[in-house]
Order: sequence, then structure tokens, then C-alpha cells
Amino acid sequence: MPETAVVRAASLVLAHTPGLARHGSKPMRTLAGNAELTTSFLGNLRSFDDAVNYPPHQAFLGACHPRELPDRPWVGTGFPGAERFAPFGELMPEEEFFGLMAAVDEFDLLVLTPEVAERAAKRLASHPLADRLDLGRITAASGDVAAAVTSGALPVYLAPDVLAGALRGAHAEDESLAAHVLLENLACKATGTLALLHLLHDHDVDPTAIDYTISCSEEAVGDRYQRGGGNMGKTIASVAGLDSSSGADVKNFCAAPIPALVIAASLVVAGVFEQVVVLAGGSLPKLGMKFEGHLRHGLPVLEDVLGGVAVLVSADDGVSPRIRLDAVGRHRVSSGGAGAQILHDLTVQPLEAVGMRMLEVDDYATELHNPEITEPQGSGDVAARNYRTIAALAARRKEIARDGIEPFVAERGMPGYAPTQGHIASAICYLPHALRRLQGGSASKVLLLAKGSLFLGRMSQRSDGMSVLLERNGG
Amino acid sequence: MFDGKQVIAIGERDGVSGTAIAACAEAAGAPIAYVATECFV
Repeated sequence: MPETAVVRAASLVLAHTPGLARHGSKPMRTLAGNAELTTSFLGNLRSFDDAVNYPPHQAFLGACHPRELPDRPWVGTGFPGAERFAPFGELMPEEEFFGLMAAVDEFDLLVLTPEVAERAAKRLASHPLADRLDLGRITAASGDVAAAVTSGALPVYLAPDVLAGALRGAHAEDESLAAHVLLENLACKATGTLALLHLLHDHDVDPTAIDYTISCSEEAVGDRYQRGGGNMGKTIASVAGLDSSSGADVKNFCAAPIPALVIAASLVVAGVFEQVVVLAGGSLPKLGMKFEGHLRHGLPVLEDVLGGVAVLVSADDGVSPRIRLDAVGRHRVSSGGAGAQILHDLTVQPLEAVGMRMLEVDDYATELHNPEITEPQGSGDVAARNYRTIAALAARRKEIARDGIEPFVAERGMPGYAPTQGHIASAICYLPHALRRLQGGSASKVLLLAKGSLFLGRMSQRSDGMSVLLERNGG
Repeated sequence: MFDGKQVIAIGERDGVSGTAIAACAEAAGAPIAYVATECFV
């Protein structure tokens, strides 16, 4: 059995879906019956070029390190040399994404107008991943959208308001199979698939060599008898041609990617599987969540992208960064809910377990939500709050002086740059950057840490969190 | 301070949790009507 597991490769994708933003949970509830607000919402959606040129998106996709981002504001400033395809993946435009959703739709849920189906199929036919997609499904999705809408299907628009398709519900009496739920799940499946296909293509990974696929996506796939039944892991493995793979889902709100990564590494080290993929698709309900704050501050609707991530975990190859399973932090039940105590469990505790000091970690990757998105609605700068607390813990341990807090944050933290896609923004989005820093770069240790809000489900007052140390491979 | 009043404690995930606010208010003699912690990211 291998002594250690490594992260061999990781990919990230974004799908620009301003037309789907109205189906986010908040806009769906707030815009209903409010014509004036709807007009304002639709009039402030971003163009694809604006989304490509948005600096945080380019940092997300690896065109620069987050610490290399210019000072804010980022809206309207552009990014020199910005491209749709970037080192970690791509930002897919909306019409192609509708085609991708049709291509992964195994139940004829999505019907597209003939014009949209034709254009999307044509564009995806020249996509680098084209030969891995079932393009025939896009053509087959062409149909009478107006009739579908009349029959109760959910209309789907290209931004701002061009009717492009409709999503059919699968059962009139099962709210778990209602059209808006299936749209969320299909969007999640499509973004997760896109990330996985980039992982396979961009890193020359043999899909038939993957033994197991763990999804840490947020959506609950199921029916009325088992609302969160799953299994998005195997669902995406299947559509991406991972013929030898089985799979399962790990659920833990936004924290899920880190336990998924730890479980994947544990399966490899235990000798159960040789190669495990961890992946996640995006969260459609979070689109437009803070749009009112954006409009109040004269900003466009910034929550208009879905995220996706795919990671390959395998046995130690002597090159790729190691996953230190002896340095896993966990937010224990007895630790309570105070922020400093949670971060103590996730930073100090795992480092102490292997005799390391906080200053030995080059990069701390925490919840990296873009503050330009969160601040206008009063949610503050999540990343900065976390980094100040982590630095304060280092000061309390006398590893740094009080006046060393700001340099600690500047050197070992980074500005939040991820779209507010919950789990995607929670450390896992930094993984491709971490691989770059731990292989060709100057870092030797990166700590990934994420937190999850259990209390939102009204079954526990608790939150949870997990962290794991990645280390440069000494060969 | 809390005579004739009840407390609704709404916490924020990255700030102070609802349960912590409620514990403080309760210690100060306030009856707690509702506790929740929310997340906006």
C-alpha cells in the first residue's frame, strides 16, 4: 500500500449564466410580481466579455495568483490578456452551457429552441472537449419551447430575456422533481462534468483508470422518498466516461470539499483504490443572492457564474504535492461555535499534531469569497476576517508580534477572489494554485481549510469544518 | 433592561452565532423567543 497520497492534478471552470440568475433562490422570490425590480435586474446583467475580463475570474482560472490581483475596484477595470480559456480551465458562455446541459441530460428534461440548439451544437462541436460530449443530445433537445412552457415547464432565458429553452418537471406531485429543482441539479451536473472533462483532457488522465468519484457538490438529488439520495459522483463519472469508476457524495455544506479530499486520500493510502476523483458542480440557488446590494451600489449583478472543480488524488508519484493525512484538522463537537476556537481546531491543532509552527505554512487557503460581491449587501469581507483571526492565533502563540499580524495576512493570506459558490469558494478553488506553488513555485506547505453551516438545515445548532495540509513532494 | 421584552437572536456564520447572542442575553435575564444563525455566502 502507498504510504502517502498526492494531488496529481486539478481543474476549475466557470459557466457564465446571467440568464439563469433569475432562477437563483433570492431573485426567484424577490423578482416575482415586481416589474420595476425585474427591469432593473435584467438591465444590470453582465455581458460575457465583462465576465471574462473580470479580474477575480481570471485569478480563479489561474491567469494570475490572487495576491497579484490589482487593488479594488475590479468591476469595470478589465484584465490585460484575459481569455476564455485559462490555465486551470475555462469560462463557458451561456448558450454553450445550455448546450452542455442538454448534452448531459439523460431524461429529456431540457428542450431548447431550434435556433439555440443549432448554435450551441455548432459551437460545442469546435470545443476542445467536443469528442467527449454527446452532441447528438443537443440536436435531440430541439423542440417547441412555447408548448413546453404552456404545459408547465420552467422557461429558460439567454440574458437578458431571450427565451432559449424550458426545463420540464419530472413529476407533478413530487417537489423533489419539480422543474426548478431539476434545473439546479442539471446545472450542477453540467458544471461538474465540464470540470472533470477538463481534468481528463488538460492533464492527459486516462478516464478508465479512475476507480472512484466523490462529489462534494451542494445540490440534493433525489425524489420525495429520499430527497438527498445522490449520487452526483457516479452520475458525473458515468457521463464523462469513467467506465471503471463507482462513486458517492460527501455532504457537509460548504466544508464538503475538504472531507472529500481527505476521504479520497485515505482510500488511496488504505489501498482500497489507486485513483480517486473529487469533484463538484456549481450552485444555481446562490446566483443573484446579493443582487439587491449590487444594484443599490450601482454594480452589475455579480453572482452570475456557476463554478466547477475536479481533482485527481492518487498514490505518491514522487512529484505531486502530498496530502498530509497526519495533519488533518477537524472542528470538534466540544469546541463550540466561537470563530477563534473553530480556526484553532483547523489551523493550530493539525500543525501541532506534526510538530509544525504556523509560520511554516506558506499559504493558508480559507473561504475565499470575493469581497466585491459580499460587501455591498453587508456580508463583509469573509476572507479577510478569517485571515485576521488566523494571524491573531499566531500572535497569541507568540509566533509573531502584534504588529506582525498585517504582514502575516499579506504574505500568507490573499484577497478573496472566488464567486460566492459556497463549497467552490471554500479553499478547494485554491487547489490548482497550491499545486502550482508547491511544484514550480516557492511554497513548501499550503493549508486548506473550510467551514460548513450545519445550522442552516435546522437539525443542529453546530457548524463544522475540516482542514488538511499539502506539502511539496521531496521525491 | 429586558423587562417586558423578549429577545430574537439572529447570528451570522462568520461573526457571532445566534446561540452565543442568546446565551449572553439569557445570562442578562432576557427571555429568548427565537434563535437562528444565518449564512450569506
